[in-house]
Amino acid sequence: MAQFKAHSVLPGFNLALGFTLLYLSLIVLIPLSSLIFKTATLGWGGFWEVATNERVLASLRVTFVASFAAAVLNAIFGLVIAWVLVRYTFPGKRLVDALVDLPFALPTAVAGITLAMLYAPNGWIGHYFAEHDIKIAYTPLGIVVALTFIGLPFVVRTVQPVLADVEAEIEEAAASLGASRWDVFRRVIFPSIYPALLTGFALAFARSIGEYGSVIFIAGNMPFISEIAPLLIVAKLEQYDYAGATAIALLMLIISFFLLLAINGLQWWSNRREIR
Amino acid sequence: MSSPHQLINNRKIATHESKAVTLVLITVALSYLLLFLGIPLFAVFYEALGKGWALYWAALQDPDAWSAIELTLIAAAIAVPANLVFGVAAAWAIAKFEFRGKSVLITLIDLPFAVSPVVSGLIYVLLFGAQGWFGPWLQEHDIQLIFAVPGIVLVTVFVTFPFIARELIPLMQAQGKDEEEAAVSLGASGWQTFWRVTVPNIKWGLLYGVILCNARAMGEFGAVSVVSGHIRGMTNTIPLHVEILYNEYNFVAAFSVASLLALLALVTLFAKSIVEFKVKSNGDRLPHGETE
Repeated sequence: MAQFKAHSVLPGFNLALGFTLLYLSLIVLIPLSSLIFKTATLGWGGFWEVATNERVLASLRVTFVASFAAAVLNAIFGLVIAWVLVRYTFPGKRLVDALVDLPFALPTAVAGITLAMLYAPNGWIGHYFAEHDIKIAYTPLGIVVALTFIGLPFVVRTVQPVLADVEAEIEEAAASLGASRWDVFRRVIFPSIYPALLTGFALAFARSIGEYGSVIFIAGNMPFISEIAPLLIVAKLEQYDYAGATAIALLMLIISFFLLLAINGLQWWSNRREIR
Repeated sequence: MSSPHQLINNRKIATHESKAVTLVLITVALSYLLLFLGIPLFAVFYEALGKGWALYWAALQDPDAWSAIELTLIAAAIAVPANLVFGVAAAWAIAKFEFRGKSVLITLIDLPFAVSPVVSGLIYVLLFGAQGWFGPWLQEHDIQLIFAVPGIVLVTVFVTFPFIARELIPLMQAQGKDEEEAAVSLGASGWQTFWRVTVPNIKWGLLYGVILCNARAMGEFGAVSVVSGHIRGMTNTIPLHVEILYNEYNFVAAFSVASLLALLALVTLFAKSIVEFKVKSNGDRLPHGETE
């Protein structure tokens, strides 16, 4: 305990850390711990019953498949957007750059109702697809659209600074040694940005799993088809099945925790690559 | 044999894409952004104003809309200052001192970002709801937190908890503690050091965090929806009011109220760009911690 804190001439450590821990405990830790205690009242049997319930499994599958699809879309197009923003100049570029953060700033409910309207069979965008008998809103495709909107900035914003740091000299060296432009991208530029690309992908994926506001308006919310896990939690709450809702929440939290671990692992791995 | 001129040309080919590729990439990027960001943003205002200003104003002047606006402002007015004080305290402890368990503490501060908004609401229902831990005690004393304004404020504090701290911690870590140590060794008191040395150094990072925190506080939907109880004119925030209007097929009113939030988003983006520009032109650092 004597070595808990290194000596410092600056004052205020006890006050600052004390307040931090108190506030953290009151707002975050104690409320979150209620998840575990509430699930414990179910017992292992009860928890297992919820975790293997057909409708719960279906909602988890919908959530994860749609989140994964949206994150893949954003990884591909996010890379293109980051590339265009870093490498090219065109009129209105600064405006476009600022607009990329819109999904962070626009409340999810607004995004939800707007996307639902646009992608509905008679909507501005949806009617083009309806002509080809493709329904987007009120199907799992609609969930992917909403999650694509939500996750869009993550890949762009993680790849952008790394791409800007790629040194032109290395590209020139590769080029002067006879590499084509595609070779330079594939073997020089891409290896240095793909840890960031993976991180952005994982962040978008993790964010999508918990998303609620933007999805429920466009999803149609059909059990087994387009019902996401967070919505099932709300449904259970409305039936006063608090333990059941908590069990799903805990399941999601466990999965998110492993995703966070994976993100940290990726970052550690990319740092190690940089040192080598 | 290639002439020098050709060599330069070849080099340009290998360090820059051809005109056609450049054009294709820009078109792809802008189309994607237009489809997912540009058109939706335009559509909010189009749907709100498409049937004329009269209907727009009527929707905004509805007393329920006003009470929703009021409640949203109250929640943000409590959550942002509370998390501001916390963010500064946490960053002071973490950036200016060495102690054990620091990295665990930083991870714990980020926890609310890893939790689904719905789960954020759920945990407060588990604590303070009628069947919750403190439920019986609260009922005995006739205090209602859940399905009432205090619950909305609490979950708003929870979901916006990390915003300011995670801007300040890396910023203050990068700045180090030399300036503060110099001030203290010259006889300044702790508070003098904080106000005259630390605050001027972190003011842009602080403002950046406040802007992001405020945007989330005013726009939060999932968490607030779980604890609100959706009582019109009582426990509805702006996003919840939008949901109710939309579900009643009152689309013009829904989009009119939603346009307020879209305006807030635009103001947020604008303010954010200004801060980023200021920081760049001052040569200061601003760790790019994005919101989640």
